[in-house]
Amino acid sequence: MHIVVCVKQVPDTKIIKINPKTNTLDRRSAPAILNPYDAHAVQEAVRLKSILGRGKISVLSMGPPQATEVIKKCIEIGADEGYLISDRAFAGADTLATSYALSKALEKIASVDPIDLVICGKHAIDGDTGQVGPGIARRLDIPPVTNVIEVSEVNSNDRTIVIKRKLSNGYELVQANMPCLLTVEKEINKIEYSPLSNMLKAARYKSHIWSVSDLGEVNITQLGLKGSPTVVGKMFTPPKLEGGKMLDGTSDEQVSQLMEVLLEQKELLNVK
Amino acid sequence: MEEYQGVWVFIEQSEGEIAGVSLELLGAGRQLADKLEVPLAGVLLGEKVRELSTQVIGHGADIVYLIDDPVLKYYRTESYMKCVNNLALKYRPEIFLYGATPNGKDLASAVATDLSTGLTADTTMLDVDVEKRLLEASRPAFGGNIMATILCKKNRPQMATVRPKVMKALPFDGVRIGEVVEEMIELSEEDMRTKVLEIVKNVTKAASLADAHVIVCGGKGMGDLEGFELIHELADTIGASVGGTRDVIEAGWLPHELQIGQTGETVTPKIYFAIGLSGAIQHVVGMKNSELIIAINKDPNAPIFEAATYGIVGDAFEVVPKLIEQFKQIRVKQGGEVSYV
Ligand SMILES: Cc1cc2nc3c(=O)[nH]c(=O)nc-3n(C[C@H](O)[C@H](O)[C@H](O)COP(=O)(O)OP(=O)(O)OC[C@H]3O[C@@H](n4cnc5c(N)ncnc54)[C@H](O)[C@@H]3O)c2cc1C
Ligand SMILES: Nc1ncnc2c1ncn2[C@@H]1O[C@H](COP(=O)(O)O)[C@@H](O)[C@H]1O
Repeated sequence: MHIVVCVKQVPDTKIIKINPKTNTLDRRSAPAILNPYDAHAVQEAVRLKSILGRGKISVLSMGPPQATEVIKKCIEIGADEGYLISDRAFAGADTLATSYALSKALEKIASVDPIDLVICGKHAIDGDTGQVGPGIARRLDIPPVTNVIEVSEVNSNDRTIVIKRKLSNGYELVQANMPCLLTVEKEINKIEYSPLSNMLKAARYKSHIWSVSDLGEVNITQLGLKGSPTVVGKMFTPPKLEGGKMLDGTSDEQVSQLMEVLLEQKELLNVK
Repeated sequence: MEEYQGVWVFIEQSEGEIAGVSLELLGAGRQLADKLEVPLAGVLLGEKVRELSTQVIGHGADIVYLIDDPVLKYYRTESYMKCVNNLALKYRPEIFLYGATPNGKDLASAVATDLSTGLTADTTMLDVDVEKRLLEASRPAFGGNIMATILCKKNRPQMATVRPKVMKALPFDGVRIGEVVEEMIELSEEDMRTKVLEIVKNVTKAASLADAHVIVCGGKGMGDLEGFELIHELADTIGASVGGTRDVIEAGWLPHELQIGQTGETVTPKIYFAIGLSGAIQHVVGMKNSELIIAINKDPNAPIFEAATYGIVGDAFEVVPKLIEQFKQIRVKQGGEVSYV
């Protein structure tokens, strides 16, 4: 079984700070990390491989040359091979252009070693769209299963997989034919500690790096900024909410004013 | 591009029940359609869902595009996408909106890829530039307290997924008249590569958060896991549900289905306590439509006070215990239990 996981390098939005005056990011404050959802995607591939007792895990990323760092991180988690597509022509891609570029790279990977399963994160924390995974699935013409919280069964013989998929108000159990594409939620697994051998391998690991010309037949008008139908029109601070009343005084006074307000909510209060 | 006309809303339904967000989008879509002076249509797919057309029209649509087929009993990307693509290619809407739910996002992403058009994710504000006939889909932007308006200038339809509970549905109007256009698309179960084996409803805590009347949401200002206990204590005392900001979830103080905001749940309870959280835009878009918002923060300049109905500048560790005490005293006085329902 050959599993390919798509992974993205993102700024750590937890640490990122915003300049309140200019409303811009202070990028210096943000180290680049492996998108947390993608870490779970790699972990799931590792889990499946160990359950099946065999298989190969490749990871694929599109980004600047530094993105090889996140590929190393994936090797640490347990991936076998890593591919980075990196080229000026990819820059400025929205989700449509991103899924196009990634699907071309996946086709190239599959031409050497056919792919049974593609796994993506639910979304990347820098943009939060979650559109790239299903986009790739369409382009490869394989079924997508999004918001996966559990891979319950993999049947290598009849090439099907059974998956728990999160819904707005519960979950569903879906059976899909392989090859297919999954996008995973964080609750799918826990990131395990990596064995030392993985660490050593990761430290030495050299990713395969491809430019556009390595990808075979590619329609360059569908790449990067040119291939992106969406553009940012304007940035603005949201209309100021009015804000309400400030409750002044000592904390005791504040609390008693607040109690008055809360006790007014009679229809909600249940006094037994 | 002129041949693309009209505003469409994907009507998400499950077992004959229309998702709230679809009705909200009919409300929002109605405004866009009126501005552009074009009809508003709902796209309704499923098995035995014909009767739902009345609701779609009653909530604002002029047209319902209906495909009723046993293969469409459950949502599946492959069958739904095929139907939606066919309809869109035939009738050519200029704007097409979907709820930002798991199924809505999944479908919209697939359709956008096939139609080779732009898709804006998780929109929280919608408007339209009438002259240029451009959809202005705005969403909180990366990192800051700032919104970005995303445009799709050259491709049609212009598509967006929209967060539940940020738009307003129109009240049902039983005398509204509309047209139902029924289409047939060849679908066969044998061609399907996925099968829904079972649907299990209402098992996640998130659902209970979305339905809660009173929510106590704590932020990073609670300091640590131990400090966050105070949030649970207040919630227990008044019978409320607990939520957290993303920072709280990332710190591991709460499971992530309890995150409120852009990437978590959108909530609209009757009472929302925002305690020790700053009120970042990504958080505020997920709670600002709550009826009564009470903010407690020690920083008088915290943006959460702009969203709050009542604000208290103070230390949560001083104010909240007193609040809990007050409720407990009432309980003693009343000789029973005081809690919100
Ligand atoms: C793409 C993206 C998506 C995001 N999605 C979400 C989302 O869905 N939900 C979400 O919440 N965030 C989201 N965020 C993160 C968001 O931008 C903020 O970083 C986050 O909401 C801040 O959490 P906080 O308010 O708990 O922490 P902080 O911003 O650190 O605020 C802590 C507050 O506590 C106050 N405080 C400290 N001590 C006390 C005390 N003793 N008593 C009272 N007050 C005290 C401080 O004055 C401060 O205002 C997202 C960010 C990005 C980039
Ligand atoms: N540049 C990229 N390189 C590799 N994978 C990506 C890239 N962008 C997005 N993905 C994958 O698509 C998922 C969803 O991303 P997004 O649609 O941007 O939220 C991520 O979790 C990754 O698995």
